[in-house]
Amino acid sequence: MLSKYEILETLKMINEENLDIRTITMGISLLDCCHPDGEVCRRKIYDKVTGYAKDLVKVGWDIEKDYGIPIINKRIAVTPIALVAGSSTDEDYVRFALMMDKIADELGIDFIGGFSALVHKGYTPGDRKLIDSIPEALAGTRKVCSSVNVATTKAGINMDAVGQMGRVIKRAAELTASEGGMACAKLVVFANAPEDNPFMAGAFHGIGEPDCEINVGVSGPGVVKCALEKVRDADFSTVAEVIKKTAFKITRMGQLVAQEASRRLNVPFGIVDLSLAPTPAVGDSVAQILEEMGLERCGTHGTIAALALLNDAVKKGGIMASSSVGGLSGAFIPVSEDAGMIEAVRKGALTIEKLETMTCVCSVGLDMIAVPGDTSAETISAIIADETAIGVVNNKTTAVRIIPAPGKVAGDVVEFGGLLGTGPVMSLNKFSSDDFVKRGGRIPAPIISLRN
Amino acid sequence: MKAVVTVLGKDRVGIIAAISAILAECNVNILDISQTTMQDLFTMTMLTDIGKASVDFSVLSDRLEAEGKNLGLYVKLQHEDIFNSMHRI
Repeated sequence: MLSKYEILETLKMINEENLDIRTITMGISLLDCCHPDGEVCRRKIYDKVTGYAKDLVKVGWDIEKDYGIPIINKRIAVTPIALVAGSSTDEDYVRFALMMDKIADELGIDFIGGFSALVHKGYTPGDRKLIDSIPEALAGTRKVCSSVNVATTKAGINMDAVGQMGRVIKRAAELTASEGGMACAKLVVFANAPEDNPFMAGAFHGIGEPDCEINVGVSGPGVVKCALEKVRDADFSTVAEVIKKTAFKITRMGQLVAQEASRRLNVPFGIVDLSLAPTPAVGDSVAQILEEMGLERCGTHGTIAALALLNDAVKKGGIMASSSVGGLSGAFIPVSEDAGMIEAVRKGALTIEKLETMTCVCSVGLDMIAVPGDTSAETISAIIADETAIGVVNNKTTAVRIIPAPGKVAGDVVEFGGLLGTGPVMSLNKFSSDDFVKRGGRIPAPIISLRN
Repeated sequence: MKAVVTVLGKDRVGIIAAISAILAECNVNILDISQTTMQDLFTMTMLTDIGKASVDFSVLSDRLEAEGKNLGLYVKLQHEDIFNSMHRI
Protein backbone atom coordinates (compact mmCIF):
# COMPACT_ATOMS: atom_id res chain seq x y z
CA MET A 1 0.00 0.00 0.00
CA LEU A 2 1.32 3.42 -0.95
CA SER A 3 1.78 5.87 1.86
CA LYS A 4 0.35 9.36 1.72
CA TYR A 5 3.87 10.78 1.94
CA GLU A 6 4.98 8.90 -1.16
CA ILE A 7 1.98 10.19 -3.10
CA LEU A 8 2.59 13.74 -1.94
CA GLU A 9 6.32 13.50 -2.74
CA THR A 10 5.54 12.57 -6.34
CA LEU A 11 2.98 15.36 -6.67
CA LYS A 12 5.43 17.88 -5.22
CA MET A 13 8.07 16.85 -7.77
CA ILE A 14 5.59 17.41 -10.60
CA ASN A 15 3.82 20.53 -9.35
CA GLU A 16 6.63 22.45 -7.67
CA GLU A 17 9.94 21.03 -8.87
CA ASN A 18 9.28 20.85 -12.64
CA LEU A 19 9.49 17.07 -13.00
CA ASP A 20 8.28 16.21 -16.47
CA ILE A 21 8.86 13.97 -19.44
CA ARG A 22 10.73 16.20 -21.87
CA THR A 23 9.91 14.15 -24.93
CA ILE A 24 8.42 11.02 -26.38
CA THR A 25 10.34 10.60 -29.62
CA MET A 26 9.27 8.11 -32.25
CA GLY A 27 12.16 6.90 -34.38
CA ILE A 28 11.16 5.84 -37.89
CA SER A 29 13.37 4.23 -40.53
CA LEU A 30 13.02 5.69 -44.03
CA LEU A 31 15.41 3.28 -45.71
CA ASP A 32 12.51 1.65 -47.59
CA CYS A 33 11.43 5.07 -48.96
CA CYS A 34 14.41 5.33 -51.33
CA HIS A 35 13.43 6.04 -54.94
CA PRO A 36 15.16 7.58 -57.99
CA ASP A 37 12.31 10.06 -58.40
CA GLY A 38 12.47 12.67 -55.61
CA GLU A 39 8.71 13.27 -55.72
CA VAL A 40 7.96 9.57 -55.25
CA CYS A 41 10.58 9.35 -52.50
CA ARG A 42 8.98 12.24 -50.59
CA ARG A 43 5.49 10.76 -50.99
CA LYS A 44 6.73 7.45 -49.57
CA ILE A 45 8.26 9.34 -46.62
CA TYR A 46 4.99 11.17 -46.03
CA ASP A 47 2.93 7.96 -46.14
CA LYS A 48 5.25 6.03 -43.85
CA VAL A 49 5.75 8.69 -41.18
CA THR A 50 2.10 9.79 -41.02
CA GLY A 51 1.12 6.10 -40.87
CA TYR A 52 3.31 5.18 -37.91
CA ALA A 53 2.90 8.45 -36.00
CA LYS A 54 -0.75 9.29 -36.60
CA ASP A 55 -1.64 8.64 -32.95
CA LEU A 56 1.61 9.89 -31.36
CA VAL A 57 0.24 13.21 -30.12
CA LYS A 58 -3.04 11.73 -28.89
CA VAL A 59 -1.25 8.93 -27.00
CA GLY A 60 1.05 11.54 -25.45
CA TRP A 61 -1.93 13.52 -24.19
CA ASP A 62 -3.68 10.37 -22.94
CA ILE A 63 -0.64 9.26 -20.92
CA GLU A 64 -0.28 12.76 -19.49
CA LYS A 65 -3.91 12.66 -18.39
CA ASP A 66 -3.82 9.13 -16.93
CA TYR A 67 -0.64 9.57 -14.91
CA GLY A 68 -0.75 13.28 -14.22
CA ILE A 69 2.80 13.80 -15.47
CA PRO A 70 3.39 16.55 -18.06
CA ILE A 71 4.80 15.38 -21.39
CA ILE A 72 6.30 18.52 -22.90
CA ASN A 73 7.13 17.45 -26.46
CA LYS A 74 6.15 14.76 -28.93
CA ARG A 75 8.81 14.38 -31.60
CA ILE A 76 9.85 12.26 -34.55
CA ALA A 77 13.35 11.23 -35.58
CA VAL A 78 13.96 9.75 -39.02
CA THR A 79 16.82 8.06 -40.88
CA PRO A 80 19.45 10.64 -41.91
CA ILE A 81 17.83 12.18 -44.98
CA ALA A 82 21.14 12.15 -46.91
CA LEU A 83 20.89 8.33 -47.03
CA VAL A 84 17.33 8.40 -48.37
CA ALA A 85 17.41 11.48 -50.62
CA GLY A 86 20.75 10.24 -51.97
CA SER A 87 18.84 7.55 -53.86
CA SER A 88 17.05 10.23 -55.89
CA THR A 89 18.32 12.29 -58.81
CA ASP A 90 17.35 15.55 -57.04
CA GLU A 91 20.09 18.13 -56.71
CA ASP A 92 18.46 20.30 -54.05
CA TYR A 93 17.20 18.65 -50.85
CA VAL A 94 15.29 21.64 -49.46
CA ARG A 95 12.06 20.04 -50.69
CA PHE A 96 12.72 17.08 -48.36
CA ALA A 97 12.88 19.49 -45.43
CA LEU A 98 9.64 21.16 -46.54
CA MET A 99 7.98 17.74 -46.64
CA MET A 100 9.24 16.99 -43.10
CA ASP A 101 7.84 20.32 -41.87
CA LYS A 102 4.48 19.58 -43.49
CA ILE A 103 4.38 16.17 -41.78
CA ALA A 104 5.21 17.77 -38.41
CA ASP A 105 2.45 20.35 -38.82
CA GLU A 106 -0.16 17.82 -39.88
CA LEU A 107 0.64 15.48 -36.99
CA GLY A 108 0.84 18.34 -34.47
CA ILE A 109 4.26 17.24 -33.19
CA ASP A 110 6.81 19.71 -31.83
CA PHE A 111 9.95 18.78 -33.80
CA ILE A 112 11.11 16.38 -36.50
CA GLY A 113 14.81 15.52 -36.57
CA GLY A 114 16.93 13.76 -39.14
CA PHE A 115 17.74 16.29 -41.84
CA SER A 116 21.15 14.80 -41.27
CA ALA A 117 24.31 13.40 -42.78
CA LEU A 118 27.04 11.16 -41.39
CA VAL A 119 30.35 12.27 -42.90
CA HIS A 120 32.92 11.38 -40.24
CA LYS A 121 35.12 9.61 -42.79
CA GLY A 122 33.98 11.25 -46.02
CA TYR A 123 31.11 12.46 -48.18
CA THR A 124 28.77 10.63 -50.50
CA PRO A 125 27.14 12.77 -53.23
CA GLY A 126 23.93 12.67 -51.13
CA ASP A 127 25.79 13.92 -48.03
CA ARG A 128 27.25 16.79 -50.02
CA LYS A 129 23.87 17.86 -51.42
CA LEU A 130 22.22 17.62 -48.02
CA ILE A 131 24.83 19.73 -46.24
CA ASP A 132 24.66 22.33 -49.05
CA SER A 133 20.87 22.48 -48.50
CA ILE A 134 20.97 22.93 -44.70
CA PRO A 135 20.89 26.76 -44.47
CA GLU A 136 17.89 27.14 -46.84
CA ALA A 137 16.18 24.05 -45.37
CA LEU A 138 16.36 25.37 -41.79
CA ALA A 139 15.51 28.95 -42.74
CA GLY A 140 12.45 27.79 -44.69
CA THR A 141 10.98 25.44 -42.05
CA ARG A 142 9.91 25.72 -38.43
CA LYS A 143 10.06 22.25 -36.92
CA VAL A 144 12.83 20.54 -38.87
CA CYS A 145 16.09 19.83 -37.03
CA SER A 146 19.40 19.01 -38.65
CA SER A 147 22.61 17.35 -37.54
CA VAL A 148 25.90 16.40 -39.14
CA ASN A 149 28.31 13.88 -37.65
CA VAL A 150 31.81 15.04 -38.58
CA ALA A 151 33.93 12.79 -36.37
CA THR A 152 34.07 9.46 -34.57
CA THR A 153 36.64 7.83 -32.33
CA LYS A 154 36.97 5.07 -34.97
CA ALA A 155 37.35 7.35 -38.01
CA GLY A 156 38.95 10.52 -36.68
CA ILE A 157 37.85 14.04 -37.58
CA ASN A 158 36.81 14.98 -41.12
CA MET A 159 38.32 18.47 -41.22
CA ASP A 160 36.84 19.18 -44.67
CA ALA A 161 33.40 18.74 -43.10
CA VAL A 162 34.41 20.76 -40.03
CA GLY A 163 35.49 23.57 -42.36
CA GLN A 164 32.26 23.39 -44.34
CA MET A 165 30.05 23.38 -41.22
CA GLY A 166 31.55 26.71 -40.14
CA ARG A 167 30.34 28.20 -43.43
CA VAL A 168 26.96 26.42 -43.20
CA ILE A 169 26.37 27.82 -39.71
CA LYS A 170 27.28 31.35 -40.84
CA ARG A 171 24.95 31.11 -43.84
CA ALA A 172 22.09 29.69 -41.71
CA ALA A 173 22.50 32.63 -39.31
CA GLU A 174 22.49 35.17 -42.15
CA LEU A 175 19.31 33.71 -43.66
CA THR A 176 17.51 34.06 -40.33
CA ALA A 177 19.14 37.33 -39.23
CA SER A 178 15.79 38.90 -38.34
CA GLU A 179 15.22 36.11 -35.77
CA GLY A 180 18.68 36.32 -34.20
CA GLY A 181 20.09 33.48 -36.32
CA MET A 182 17.36 31.07 -35.21
CA ALA A 183 18.17 28.43 -37.87
CA CYS A 184 21.43 27.67 -36.02
CA ALA A 185 19.45 26.64 -32.92
CA LYS A 186 18.11 23.74 -35.00
CA LEU A 187 21.53 22.54 -36.19
CA VAL A 188 24.02 20.34 -34.33
CA VAL A 189 27.51 19.28 -35.36
CA PHE A 190 28.45 15.99 -33.68
CA ALA A 191 31.34 13.77 -32.82
CA ASN A 192 30.26 10.18 -31.99
CA ALA A 193 26.55 10.93 -32.54
CA PRO A 194 24.24 8.40 -30.82
CA GLU A 195 21.70 6.68 -33.09
CA ASP A 196 18.83 6.57 -30.60
CA ASN A 197 18.93 10.03 -29.04
CA PRO A 198 15.42 11.43 -28.37
CA PHE A 199 16.60 15.02 -27.75
CA MET A 200 16.63 17.79 -30.36
CA ALA A 201 18.18 19.24 -32.33
CA GLY A 202 20.41 16.16 -32.68
CA ALA A 203 17.87 13.33 -32.90
CA PHE A 204 17.99 11.02 -35.90
CA HIS A 205 17.07 7.37 -36.38
CA GLY A 206 20.28 5.42 -36.90
CA ILE A 207 20.66 2.68 -39.49
CA GLY A 208 21.15 0.00 -36.83
CA GLU A 209 17.74 0.75 -35.31
CA PRO A 210 14.48 -1.16 -35.96
CA ASP A 211 11.82 0.04 -38.40
CA CYS A 212 10.10 2.06 -35.67
CA GLU A 213 10.66 2.53 -31.94
CA ILE A 214 9.84 4.78 -28.99
CA ASN A 215 12.59 6.63 -27.11
CA VAL A 216 11.91 8.80 -24.10
CA GLY A 217 13.85 11.68 -22.55
CA VAL A 218 13.16 12.78 -18.99
CA SER A 219 13.84 16.11 -17.36
CA GLY A 220 14.30 16.86 -13.71
CA PRO A 221 17.07 19.28 -12.69
CA GLY A 222 14.63 21.02 -10.33
CA VAL A 223 13.94 17.77 -8.47
CA VAL A 224 17.66 17.12 -7.98
CA LYS A 225 18.24 20.68 -6.75
CA CYS A 226 15.38 20.46 -4.24
CA ALA A 227 16.67 17.11 -2.95
CA LEU A 228 20.11 18.65 -2.41
CA GLU A 229 18.64 21.60 -0.51
CA LYS A 230 17.84 19.12 2.28
CA VAL A 231 21.49 18.03 2.71
CA ARG A 232 23.29 21.39 2.74
CA ASP A 233 25.81 20.41 5.42
CA ALA A 234 26.51 16.89 4.17
CA ASP A 235 29.72 15.64 2.53
CA PHE A 236 30.03 14.55 -1.11
CA SER A 237 29.29 10.85 -0.46
CA THR A 238 25.88 11.92 0.80
CA VAL A 239 25.41 14.34 -2.10
CA ALA A 240 26.13 11.53 -4.58
CA GLU A 241 23.70 9.20 -2.79
CA VAL A 242 20.92 11.80 -2.82
CA ILE A 243 21.41 12.43 -6.55
CA LYS A 244 21.41 8.69 -7.30
CA LYS A 245 18.14 8.13 -5.44
CA THR A 246 16.51 11.11 -7.13
CA ALA A 247 17.74 10.07 -10.57
CA PHE A 248 16.30 6.61 -9.95
CA LYS A 249 12.86 8.03 -9.23
CA ILE A 250 12.95 10.38 -12.22
CA THR A 251 14.06 7.61 -14.56
CA ARG A 252 11.31 5.26 -13.34
CA MET A 253 8.83 7.87 -14.60
CA GLY A 254 10.56 7.80 -17.98
CA GLN A 255 10.50 4.00 -18.07
CA LEU A 256 6.78 3.90 -17.20
CA VAL A 257 5.90 6.47 -19.87
CA ALA A 258 8.11 4.76 -22.46
CA GLN A 259 6.50 1.37 -21.81
CA GLU A 260 2.99 2.80 -21.92
CA ALA A 261 3.66 4.75 -25.12
CA SER A 262 5.20 1.66 -26.69
CA ARG A 263 2.21 -0.49 -25.71
CA ARG A 264 -0.45 2.01 -26.79
CA LEU A 265 1.24 2.76 -30.13
CA ASN A 266 2.17 -0.88 -30.71
CA VAL A 267 5.77 0.07 -31.43
CA PRO A 268 8.84 -1.43 -29.68
CA PHE A 269 10.37 0.41 -26.74
CA GLY A 270 13.88 1.63 -27.57
CA ILE A 271 15.60 3.47 -24.73
CA VAL A 272 15.18 5.94 -21.90
CA ASP A 273 17.69 8.78 -22.12
CA LEU A 274 18.95 9.61 -18.61
CA SER A 275 19.91 13.18 -19.41
CA LEU A 276 19.06 15.94 -16.98
CA ALA A 277 17.58 18.48 -19.40
CA PRO A 278 17.04 22.01 -18.09
CA THR A 279 14.44 24.52 -19.29
CA PRO A 280 14.51 28.31 -19.01
CA ALA A 281 11.90 28.05 -16.21
CA VAL A 282 13.03 29.21 -12.78
CA GLY A 283 14.11 26.23 -10.68
CA ASP A 284 14.71 23.89 -13.64
CA SER A 285 18.42 24.54 -14.02
CA VAL A 286 21.51 22.31 -14.06
CA ALA A 287 23.69 25.32 -13.15
CA GLN A 288 21.68 25.78 -9.96
CA ILE A 289 22.37 22.15 -8.94
CA LEU A 290 26.09 22.89 -9.15
CA GLU A 291 25.56 26.09 -7.16
CA GLU A 292 23.57 24.14 -4.57
CA MET A 293 26.71 22.03 -4.03
CA GLY A 294 28.45 25.16 -2.75
CA LEU A 295 29.63 27.18 -5.76
CA GLU A 296 28.81 30.88 -5.64
CA ARG A 297 28.24 30.82 -9.41
CA CYS A 298 28.36 28.10 -12.03
CA GLY A 299 31.65 28.46 -13.89
CA THR A 300 33.88 29.25 -10.91
CA HIS A 301 36.66 26.93 -9.74
CA GLY A 302 35.15 23.61 -8.62
CA THR A 303 32.55 23.57 -11.38
CA ILE A 304 34.13 20.66 -13.26
CA ALA A 305 34.33 18.48 -10.14
CA ALA A 306 30.72 19.28 -9.22
CA LEU A 307 29.51 18.50 -12.74
CA ALA A 308 31.51 15.27 -12.90
CA LEU A 309 29.92 14.10 -9.65
CA LEU A 310 26.44 15.06 -10.85
CA ASN A 311 26.82 13.38 -14.23
CA ASP A 312 28.13 10.14 -12.75
CA ALA A 313 25.54 9.94 -9.98
CA VAL A 314 22.68 10.54 -12.44
CA LYS A 315 23.86 7.60 -14.54
CA LYS A 316 24.36 5.30 -11.56
CA GLY A 317 20.91 6.09 -10.20
CA GLY A 318 19.19 5.96 -13.54
CA ILE A 319 20.69 2.81 -14.99
CA MET A 320 18.87 0.47 -12.59
CA ALA A 321 15.54 2.23 -13.12
CA SER A 322 15.27 1.43 -16.81
CA SER A 323 15.46 -1.81 -18.78
CA SER A 324 17.31 -0.04 -21.57
CA VAL A 325 19.30 3.17 -21.32
CA GLY A 326 20.75 4.98 -24.32
CA GLY A 327 20.84 8.23 -26.23
CA LEU A 328 23.02 10.92 -24.72
CA SER A 329 22.43 10.10 -21.04
CA GLY A 330 24.22 12.77 -19.04
CA ALA A 331 23.66 16.27 -17.72
CA PHE A 332 22.99 18.86 -20.45
CA ILE A 333 24.55 22.31 -20.23
CA PRO A 334 22.79 24.40 -22.89
CA VAL A 335 23.47 28.02 -22.03
CA SER A 336 20.36 29.77 -23.39
CA GLU A 337 17.99 27.09 -22.05
CA ASP A 338 19.16 27.25 -18.43
CA ALA A 339 18.37 30.27 -16.24
CA GLY A 340 21.39 29.56 -13.99
CA MET A 341 23.80 29.34 -16.95
CA ILE A 342 22.46 32.60 -18.43
CA GLU A 343 22.95 34.37 -15.11
CA ALA A 344 26.45 32.90 -14.73
CA VAL A 345 27.45 34.25 -18.17
CA ARG A 346 25.94 37.67 -17.40
CA LYS A 347 27.84 37.86 -14.12
CA GLY A 348 31.11 36.95 -15.85
CA ALA A 349 31.45 33.65 -13.98
CA LEU A 350 31.04 31.36 -16.98
CA THR A 351 33.21 31.66 -20.11
CA ILE A 352 33.36 29.63 -23.30
CA GLU A 353 36.68 28.11 -22.19
CA LYS A 354 35.11 26.82 -18.98
CA LEU A 355 32.15 25.45 -20.93
CA GLU A 356 34.57 23.54 -23.16
CA THR A 357 36.17 22.00 -20.13
CA MET A 358 32.76 21.14 -18.69
CA THR A 359 31.98 19.15 -21.83
CA CYS A 360 34.83 16.78 -20.95
CA VAL A 361 32.88 15.43 -17.98
CA CYS A 362 29.24 15.60 -19.03
CA SER A 363 26.85 15.01 -21.85
CA VAL A 364 27.03 16.70 -25.23
CA GLY A 365 29.06 19.88 -25.64
CA LEU A 366 28.92 23.55 -26.50
CA ASP A 367 25.15 23.82 -26.64
CA MET A 368 22.98 26.84 -27.48
CA ILE A 369 25.83 29.32 -27.32
CA ALA A 370 25.35 32.72 -28.91
CA VAL A 371 28.56 34.35 -30.17
CA PRO A 372 29.18 37.70 -31.88
CA GLY A 373 27.72 38.06 -35.38
CA ASP A 374 31.08 38.97 -36.90
CA THR A 375 32.66 35.66 -35.84
CA SER A 376 34.33 34.16 -38.93
CA ALA A 377 33.33 30.79 -40.39
CA GLU A 378 36.91 29.63 -39.73
CA THR A 379 36.67 30.46 -36.02
CA ILE A 380 33.40 28.54 -35.77
CA SER A 381 35.07 25.60 -37.53
CA ALA A 382 37.97 25.76 -35.10
CA ILE A 383 35.55 25.71 -32.16
CA ILE A 384 33.93 22.62 -33.71
CA ALA A 385 37.37 21.04 -34.21
CA ASP A 386 38.25 21.53 -30.53
CA GLU A 387 34.96 20.11 -29.35
CA THR A 388 35.07 17.09 -31.66
CA ALA A 389 38.65 16.40 -30.51
CA ILE A 390 37.38 16.18 -26.93
CA GLY A 391 34.73 13.67 -28.04
CA VAL A 392 37.01 11.59 -30.25
CA VAL A 393 39.85 11.25 -27.77
CA ASN A 394 37.58 10.60 -24.78
CA ASN A 395 35.36 8.17 -26.71
CA LYS A 396 32.20 10.14 -25.94
CA THR A 397 29.60 12.20 -27.74
CA THR A 398 30.30 15.89 -28.10
CA ALA A 399 28.36 18.43 -30.11
CA VAL A 400 28.35 22.06 -31.08
CA ARG A 401 25.19 24.11 -31.41
CA ILE A 402 26.42 27.65 -31.80
CA ILE A 403 24.64 30.78 -33.03
CA PRO A 404 26.69 33.62 -34.55
CA ALA A 405 23.93 36.15 -33.89
CA PRO A 406 23.87 38.65 -36.76
CA GLY A 407 24.60 42.23 -35.72
CA LYS A 408 25.19 41.28 -32.08
CA VAL A 409 28.33 41.81 -30.04
CA ALA A 410 29.57 40.25 -26.80
CA GLY A 411 27.32 41.26 -23.92
CA ASP A 412 24.16 41.54 -26.07
CA VAL A 413 21.24 39.17 -25.65
CA VAL A 414 19.38 37.08 -28.24
CA GLU A 415 15.80 35.92 -27.63
CA PHE A 416 14.94 32.52 -29.11
CA GLY A 417 11.69 31.97 -27.24
CA GLY A 418 10.07 28.85 -25.78
CA LEU A 419 12.32 25.99 -24.67
CA LEU A 420 15.26 27.56 -26.57
CA GLY A 421 15.34 30.49 -24.15
CA THR A 422 17.56 33.57 -24.11
CA GLY A 423 21.19 33.58 -25.24
CA PRO A 424 23.72 36.01 -23.78
CA VAL A 425 26.30 36.67 -26.53
CA MET A 426 29.66 35.28 -25.32
CA SER A 427 33.07 36.64 -26.27
CA LEU A 428 35.59 34.46 -28.10
CA ASN A 429 39.37 34.36 -28.45
CA LYS A 430 40.36 37.15 -30.86
CA PHE A 431 43.26 35.35 -32.56
CA SER A 432 42.88 33.69 -35.95
CA SER A 433 42.60 29.95 -36.66
CA ASP A 434 42.15 30.50 -40.41
CA ASP A 435 45.28 28.72 -41.64
CA PHE A 436 44.61 25.77 -39.34
CA VAL A 437 41.09 25.26 -40.68
CA LYS A 438 42.14 25.74 -44.33
CA ARG A 439 44.38 22.67 -44.25
CA GLY A 440 41.39 20.35 -44.59
CA GLY A 441 41.80 16.57 -44.85
CA ARG A 442 41.33 14.24 -41.92
CA ILE A 443 42.74 14.19 -38.40
CA PRO A 444 43.49 10.48 -37.96
CA ALA A 445 41.66 8.34 -35.42
CA PRO A 446 43.43 8.26 -32.05
CA ILE A 447 45.28 5.15 -30.90
CA ILE A 448 42.44 4.29 -28.49
CA SER A 449 40.30 3.47 -31.56
CA LEU A 450 42.37 0.32 -32.06
CA ARG A 451 40.80 -1.86 -29.41
CA ASN A 452 40.59 -5.22 -31.19
CA MET B 1 -7.57 -0.78 -12.36
CA LYS B 2 -6.71 1.43 -9.41
CA ALA B 3 -6.29 5.19 -9.30
CA VAL B 4 -5.28 7.68 -6.63
CA VAL B 5 -7.29 10.82 -5.87
CA THR B 6 -5.32 13.55 -4.09
CA VAL B 7 -7.01 16.57 -2.54
CA LEU B 8 -5.04 19.51 -1.10
CA GLY B 9 -6.21 22.89 0.12
CA LYS B 10 -7.92 24.91 2.80
CA ASP B 11 -10.11 22.81 5.11
CA ARG B 12 -13.87 23.26 5.00
CA VAL B 13 -17.06 21.28 5.60
CA GLY B 14 -18.05 18.68 2.99
CA ILE B 15 -14.83 17.99 1.07
CA ILE B 16 -14.92 14.21 1.44
CA ALA B 17 -18.68 14.20 0.85
CA ALA B 18 -18.35 16.16 -2.40
CA ILE B 19 -15.53 14.02 -3.79
CA SER B 20 -17.13 10.71 -2.71
CA ALA B 21 -20.45 11.74 -4.25
CA ILE B 22 -18.82 12.07 -7.68
CA LEU B 23 -17.02 8.76 -7.24
CA ALA B 24 -20.26 7.02 -6.24
CA GLU B 25 -22.14 8.52 -9.22
CA CYS B 26 -19.44 7.17 -11.52
CA ASN B 27 -19.50 3.72 -9.87
CA VAL B 28 -15.98 4.06 -8.47
CA ASN B 29 -15.28 2.12 -5.28
CA ILE B 30 -13.14 3.70 -2.53
CA LEU B 31 -10.59 1.20 -1.19
CA ASP B 32 -8.70 3.38 1.26
CA ILE B 33 -8.71 6.93 2.54
CA SER B 34 -5.97 8.75 4.40
CA GLN B 35 -6.73 12.25 5.58
CA THR B 36 -5.11 14.81 7.87
CA THR B 37 -5.50 18.47 8.67
CA MET B 38 -2.47 20.46 9.72
CA GLN B 39 -3.35 23.97 10.87
CA ASP B 40 -5.77 24.85 8.09
CA LEU B 41 -4.26 22.67 5.36
CA PHE B 42 -6.41 19.73 4.37
CA THR B 43 -4.61 16.73 2.79
CA MET B 44 -6.37 13.62 1.55
CA THR B 45 -5.22 10.70 -0.56
CA MET B 46 -7.76 8.14 -1.66
CA LEU B 47 -7.11 4.79 -3.37
CA THR B 48 -9.98 3.88 -5.66
CA ASP B 49 -10.97 1.02 -7.93
CA ILE B 50 -11.98 2.47 -11.30
CA GLY B 51 -12.22 -0.92 -13.05
CA LYS B 52 -16.02 -0.74 -13.19
CA ALA B 53 -16.33 3.03 -13.57
CA SER B 54 -19.29 4.15 -15.68
CA VAL B 55 -17.29 6.92 -17.36
CA ASP B 56 -13.87 7.22 -19.05
CA PHE B 57 -10.81 8.07 -16.99
CA SER B 58 -10.52 11.51 -18.57
CA VAL B 59 -14.19 12.33 -17.92
CA LEU B 60 -13.86 11.31 -14.27
CA SER B 61 -10.64 13.27 -13.98
CA ASP B 62 -12.26 16.41 -15.47
CA ARG B 63 -15.28 16.12 -13.16
CA LEU B 64 -13.10 15.79 -10.06
CA GLU B 65 -10.90 18.72 -11.07
CA ALA B 66 -13.98 20.86 -11.80
CA GLU B 67 -15.37 20.04 -8.35
CA GLY B 68 -11.98 20.98 -6.90
CA LYS B 69 -12.24 24.37 -8.59
CA ASN B 70 -15.72 24.85 -7.10
CA LEU B 71 -14.42 24.11 -3.63
CA GLY B 72 -11.19 26.08 -4.09
CA LEU B 73 -9.08 22.93 -3.76
CA TYR B 74 -6.39 21.12 -5.75
CA VAL B 75 -7.84 17.76 -6.86
CA LYS B 76 -5.96 15.26 -9.03
CA LEU B 77 -6.81 11.78 -10.31
CA GLN B 78 -3.84 9.66 -11.35
CA HIS B 79 -3.32 6.05 -12.32
CA GLU B 80 -1.78 4.19 -9.37
CA ASP B 81 1.18 2.96 -11.46
CA ILE B 82 2.95 6.33 -11.45
CA PHE B 83 3.40 6.07 -7.68
CA ASN B 84 4.22 2.37 -7.72
CA SER B 85 6.88 2.81 -10.36
CA MET B 86 8.52 5.67 -8.48
CA HIS B 87 8.38 4.23 -4.95
CA ARG B 88 8.36 0.42 -5.34
CA ILE B 89 10.96 -1.84 -6.89
